[in-house]
Amino acid sequence: MYEADGRFDEMRTGDGTVRPAYKEYRHWFDQQDSAFLSRKHREAEIAFRRTGITFNVYGEHEAEERLIPFDMVPRIITADEWRRLTRGIEQRVCAINAFIHDLYHRQEIVRAGLLPERLLRDNSAWLQNMVGFTPPGEIYTHVVGIDLVRTGPDEFFVLEDNARTPSGVSYMLQNRETMMAMFPELFTRVPVRTVSDYPRRLAKSLAACAPAATEGKPTVAVLTPGIHNSAYFEHAFLADQMGAELVEGSDLRVTGGRVAMRTTRGYEPIDVLYRRVDDDFLDPLTFNPDSVLGVPGIMDVYRAGGITIANAPGTGVADDKAIYSFMPEIVEFYTGEKPLLPNVQTWRCADRDGLAYVLDNLDELVVKEVHGSGGYGMLVGPAASKRELAAFRRKLKAKPQNYIAQPTLSLSTCPIFTRRGLAPRHVDLRPFVLVSPEGIDIVPGGLSRVAMRKGSLVVNSSQGGGTKDTWVLKD
Amino acid sequence: MLGRTAHGLFWMFRYLERAENTARLLEAGFHMALTRDVATAEEEWRSVVEAFGQRAGYEIKHGTYTGHQVWNYLLRDPDNAMSVLALIGAVRTNARAARNAISGELWEAINESWMEISGLLARPVAQGSVGEAVQIIRRAGTAVHGAMNGSMLRNEGFHFARAGTFVERADCVARILDMKYYLLLPSLSYVGSSLDTGQWDQVLRSVSGDRAFRWLNAGQIDARGIVEFLVLDDRFPRSVAFCHSALREELAALARLHGAEGESNALMRESATRIADLTIENIFETGLHDFLLEFITCNRAIADAIADDYRFLS
Repeated sequence: MYEADGRFDEMRTGDGTVRPAYKEYRHWFDQQDSAFLSRKHREAEIAFRRTGITFNVYGEHEAEERLIPFDMVPRIITADEWRRLTRGIEQRVCAINAFIHDLYHRQEIVRAGLLPERLLRDNSAWLQNMVGFTPPGEIYTHVVGIDLVRTGPDEFFVLEDNARTPSGVSYMLQNRETMMAMFPELFTRVPVRTVSDYPRRLAKSLAACAPAATEGKPTVAVLTPGIHNSAYFEHAFLADQMGAELVEGSDLRVTGGRVAMRTTRGYEPIDVLYRRVDDDFLDPLTFNPDSVLGVPGIMDVYRAGGITIANAPGTGVADDKAIYSFMPEIVEFYTGEKPLLPNVQTWRCADRDGLAYVLDNLDELVVKEVHGSGGYGMLVGPAASKRELAAFRRKLKAKPQNYIAQPTLSLSTCPIFTRRGLAPRHVDLRPFVLVSPEGIDIVPGGLSRVAMRKGSLVVNSSQGGGTKDTWVLKD
Repeated sequence: MLGRTAHGLFWMFRYLERAENTARLLEAGFHMALTRDVATAEEEWRSVVEAFGQRAGYEIKHGTYTGHQVWNYLLRDPDNAMSVLALIGAVRTNARAARNAISGELWEAINESWMEISGLLARPVAQGSVGEAVQIIRRAGTAVHGAMNGSMLRNEGFHFARAGTFVERADCVARILDMKYYLLLPSLSYVGSSLDTGQWDQVLRSVSGDRAFRWLNAGQIDARGIVEFLVLDDRFPRSVAFCHSALREELAALARLHGAEGESNALMRESATRIADLTIENIFETGLHDFLLEFITCNRAIADAIADDYRFLS
């Protein structure tokens, strides 16, 4: 039996009624033979292996390719919910882009006394050589992933902003492909909006950010650290789908004031580089001198208007979790409007009161490192042992400014397919947002990550989380 | 196309071809050893290991040549960088790196072949499974070439892949012939002496040419005929002449696409002229061994020129 655990469930209300979003799906599901569903469940895994949709994990000896568990029950969002979400996301992304521009220019928000200057000084993603420079089209955040969680019918919260290099969009696309291949009849019964044109929209959005030096149709390339990178599949997939070259640092060099790639015909200039390499490795002349992943001199070309780097270097300042805690103020400061999408309540351990509260309530809170990501280095209070709590307490006291804390949210649950039928598991949602001078473009869908273990709140793939297809319904 | 991608495609198909040829060679050796006494069988297995230059590596690990050791070394030994398992792994790694330059069908054919072969070779191969292993490796080659022919755009990537196939195939057939040249030589000078039919059969089997040869020669077997068939008969898709004629077409296509000929086209033309003028008498006058060595060197020079012409490496 499908037993929701008292939290908001995406499929069912408290009294067991199926919500409108899931009505048609549930109807279909109940008509299916359980042996048929089990077979499809196994087939899905085989399909992912066969097509090589894997991510790399580094063990002691050699890299191992793993599958992210795929769950075949879709996460369904109504047209109305989506409309409200997109308004909030647009507002937030607009504000983030304006915020980053301001940080690297006049810092009005600091002058206005709304953001402590210390947060920039301590921010490991801050790039001094972006100061005073404006990237082509004034765009910093070409691709953004906004992580949303839900706790009630109208209660969506932003859990994290990923303005640096959000990943996972290939799973959004492949999950849909897999669902359409496995259950074609579902798509004739349920009006689901398409996501498959994301690569085309990405290519268009990137091309719209081409630098002044571009001649003719902009040449876009995807920069990957290489086949051993955990997200390599996604890099290759996006390049393939966009019809762009997939380049590595060793393919590139600066020549004639441009960044050019070595082709079989000689060096050809790149106009827009969608880089999936961290800032630190982008240019050994400017950043990490040991990097072989980047291009020596690319920052000079960039500053001279010879190339667009997406996302812009230094954009990661906005991903910092201490900055996140100021996001409501940031949104209001740059848009003049109240935020449509609220933050999760956040205590800054850098504040004396904040730290005191966090230490007193550690066993009920989720504590995160301000520069961390991917679910690493965090403490989930209710799930931690006494010893873990004590160890974390010491870390907090030693470096309080490195941490923020949030309440343990009652993340909504969504059904997943198990051997015993449908079972509720916690989910989040990462829509992908494209930003260019032509506007903000949000593909109707996103990546729904799901904690595969009962009761678990951690959805990160590095921590055993899975993914599911995300359906936005047509009106 | 990126120079690195062209490089990857070229080598992807060289590795695949080498894996397939290793399997064919192994199959022929296996068949041969079954019909021999222990001492001759050991000699056979040594020549199989030696054909692709793996003797030194093998002898570090093993003091004797037994079938079980040889086929496990050639198929799956982790210390053998040119084992079939390592080669197929390299094919897949190159395919992943060139993922956006190959069709989805080609990628899936490679990935599925790799899954099957690495599953099969995860454990030591027993005598009863050698045949199956060889068959699966050959089938993988067929599946990959089929997927490529049926789904890939005839762009430069296709031609680099085909060029890699024929460079490697030409190299392999020359090496296999060279492995047995001493068996074929004496029979030329002694008119009427019969060739060890088992030996020539093995040479032909190593390139899967036994049936084609018999069909063309109606059961007539002599050294001259075999060499002529494997070197000069451009109807047989694994002969030296066929490989270089096909390679020449691929290089001509690349030159057309790039609007210019390079060093590789010039070398290719020389090689083609040489082969076109060649008779079986010339080959035996030069000496088969010397002829083959010269050919292998020329073939390698063409491969190096392709890498230079198309900027495989920075």
